[in-house]
Amino acid sequence: MTVADTALDNLIDQVRAARADKTPLNILGGSTKAFYGEPPPAGPALATLDTRPLAGISSYEPSELVVTVRAGTPLAELEAALAEQRQCLPFEPPRFLAINAAGGKVGGMAGGTVGGMVAAGLAGPARAAVGGLRDYLLGATLLTGRAELLSFGGQVIKNVAGYDVSRLLSGSMGLLGVVCEVSLKVLPVAVATATLRFEQGEAAALKQLNTWGGQPLPINASAWWDGMLVLRLSGAAAAVQSAVQKLGGEVVDPALAAAFWTGLRDQTDEFFSKALVAVDAGATLWRLAMPQTAPPMALAGEHLVEWGGAQRWVVTTTPASAVRDAAARGGGHATVFRSGRPSSAGAAAGFDGPRFAPLSVPLMRIHHELKTAFDPDRLFNPGRLYAGL
Amino acid sequence: MNAPADLSLSDAALQAERSARSARQAEVVAALRAVLPAHALLYRQEDTVPYECDGLTAYRQLPLVVALPETEAQVAAVLKTCHALQVPVVARGAGTGLSGGAMPHALGVTMSLAKFNRIVKLDVLARTAVVQCGVRNLAISEAAAPFGLYYAPDPSSQIACTIGGNVAENSGGVHCLKYGLTLHNLLKVRGFTADGEPVEFGGDALDAPGLDLLAVVVGSEGMLAVTIEVTVKLLPKPQLARCIMASFDDIRAAGDAVAAVIAAGIIPAGLEMMDKPMTAAVEDYVHAGYDLDAAAILLCESDGTPEEVTEEIERMQAVLLAHGASRLAVSENEAQRLRFWSGRKNAFPASGRISPDYMCMDSTIPRKRLADILIAIAAMEKKYQLRCCNVFHAGDGNLHPLILFDAADPDQLRRCELFGADILETSVALGGTVTGEHGVGVEKLSSMCVQFSPEEREQMFAVKRAFDPAGGLNPGKVIPTLHRCAEYGRMHVKKGLLPFAELERF
Repeated sequence: MTVADTALDNLIDQVRAARADKTPLNILGGSTKAFYGEPPPAGPALATLDTRPLAGISSYEPSELVVTVRAGTPLAELEAALAEQRQCLPFEPPRFLAINAAGGKVGGMAGGTVGGMVAAGLAGPARAAVGGLRDYLLGATLLTGRAELLSFGGQVIKNVAGYDVSRLLSGSMGLLGVVCEVSLKVLPVAVATATLRFEQGEAAALKQLNTWGGQPLPINASAWWDGMLVLRLSGAAAAVQSAVQKLGGEVVDPALAAAFWTGLRDQTDEFFSKALVAVDAGATLWRLAMPQTAPPMALAGEHLVEWGGAQRWVVTTTPASAVRDAAARGGGHATVFRSGRPSSAGAAAGFDGPRFAPLSVPLMRIHHELKTAFDPDRLFNPGRLYAGL
Repeated sequence: MNAPADLSLSDAALQAERSARSARQAEVVAALRAVLPAHALLYRQEDTVPYECDGLTAYRQLPLVVALPETEAQVAAVLKTCHALQVPVVARGAGTGLSGGAMPHALGVTMSLAKFNRIVKLDVLARTAVVQCGVRNLAISEAAAPFGLYYAPDPSSQIACTIGGNVAENSGGVHCLKYGLTLHNLLKVRGFTADGEPVEFGGDALDAPGLDLLAVVVGSEGMLAVTIEVTVKLLPKPQLARCIMASFDDIRAAGDAVAAVIAAGIIPAGLEMMDKPMTAAVEDYVHAGYDLDAAAILLCESDGTPEEVTEEIERMQAVLLAHGASRLAVSENEAQRLRFWSGRKNAFPASGRISPDYMCMDSTIPRKRLADILIAIAAMEKKYQLRCCNVFHAGDGNLHPLILFDAADPDQLRRCELFGADILETSVALGGTVTGEHGVGVEKLSSMCVQFSPEEREQMFAVKRAFDPAGGLNPGKVIPTLHRCAEYGRMHVKKGLLPFAELERF
């Protein structure tokens, strides 16, 4: 029996036991995204189900553009294996630091696990150009609330056999079960890349980005903050070169540019560092998913625009209802990404409304029914996505 | 297979069943008359016959009633009425599907959404189009063309198939290795739940709050909700496309060359393969000048800016030559490029000319197993004493073996079915799937038993119930019941008698 088999058997046993005792479980990976989603319900701490022993890359053949990897594998390990073959996860999932229960930084699994990446479903700067995690998820093996180990999808790019349950797991916050193993489509690292900088106001930058978006240009990522638009081009060397000529702007030194995009991806750059300080002082860091042509958000506070206008980060003390209304008016939705902890002394009251935008009645009904379908005893991550789920 | 069962009932029992059906029909017609104009309701046999099958003509079933709603309010009313009467509803687009997903239910209403054929909005700056479900796939790209934009997924039936059907099947096309499937090119699906409640999956942003229900609705073959309006993403049209046609003396070398192109870090816009029998059949049909001596031909396309294409074509040529290409031609202009593709696109009608009948498979395998499956299929030709032509979406590992046979000979039909079953089983054994792009529908219900465990199938039933608790939408498709799981499904294409036979296929 391999280590992975034993780890899997242990997980199955723990779910069986939890089912028998009706004790809910908090699914745990690298604990780097504990801040994200609804806080655990009041009362005694939930028992944890640690996926980290279920680790390792099960199969990876670069010419297939597919990697199959177990949930507990550190994301850093997966990315290193891909980088050796000059391949990557094109959607650039953010890698956060590990944070302990008291909010202090701890060592260990910085960057989190593959399972956590799937459950959170977050993507980095290249999202608008290349798609999100869901678009790269080809198959998944899931441990359900009945302690059944089920596989959906597969390791092939085209697959329409049955419902695409594996993609449903992207961003599911552990609601439907324990993601045990996933197959991901990977892509070659672009041959060439270049970063350009333009001094521009937000409205002008949004217009410019959308205009460029309609032209066959190798734009891979964009960020606007504090009067500066930064653009990443990537693709064939000739295409990048001709786009640099065409677009103008100031070419950023490659090393500086790489550091900038990594900082943006992992939310360690200046905007996000300041945001963390503001959050500690009682502000909220909002993520607004918007139509990319939506005008600048009329909300007080610091704004950073990514994804060609489709993602707006706002640090503000504006009441949640006003933020949500503004997002909805623009055709999008707002998520509380980080907020001061209601429990931490010194911080303001913090945020105690729902983290994710409310759902319509039929969608919420379907969410409840799906929860029942996968986890009838409501064992996994209770309330992490929406209260009551 | 899900062919209508032979009812070995007594005359009296048959009579009783017929009159029960008539009574039910009268009841449903009366109820729908209250919500639909008379011309939007068909129930006489001569009117409902055109709806008895989709692109999979082997399976036919007359619907109880055909409803042709013209407004969203009528769609909601039809669904509510049927829900109240517990009548199954089968939504239907252009009927070009190849797995029987739109085959009617004997006691159900077929709801044709053909009237919803309006492009609601084309937002050039945002590069999105809001289109009603009955808009044809190609019509979107045609409407976007004046702005230098297009809708990327291009199933070969794109002149006729509708976006609503594309959503149901998660349709691909020859360019999906680079540009993705339907799911990757959508933002939002708006429609109705089984009981007629309005619902939206996805949104106008790149993600929506909560579970990613759009991902499961796309490709659900009309089992979870009824699609009425779709917001698609449009892409800037590549300035140029060029295609390499490469010959190989050896099947394994061709398979290895496919893997080598990908391993070199190239994602071709299209990467297709034909074997020698297929090449002979299509050359005879289109006279494109294919290399008849080659064991396999690869078509390898690059698109983008002229600089990009030049660079990529050079790199691809080098890889193909290094992996034993015996002949190599690069299209010099658009006419030549289309000629290179003409045979590949006409593989099906060409097969129809060299054999009384053929049966098409649609499995997908990991790319690295291309040579293995080809060699296995060659062995099967000997075992079952039938010929097989092979066309592949090689870049995706998606196979379309065409087994040639004569249905007039019962033993050939039997051997053909065993042959097809063998291919599907071998594909699953090689790490693949029983359907890459045609869907399960009714055709591959039994094949689903090979690929999924009873618990996995039960979980899929549970997903269905979460969206459609009463089971009214397209019942009996996609997921096989336990007792069905005994035999494999196959698609039997009568010699070129597909509806839309004039269309390019696959």
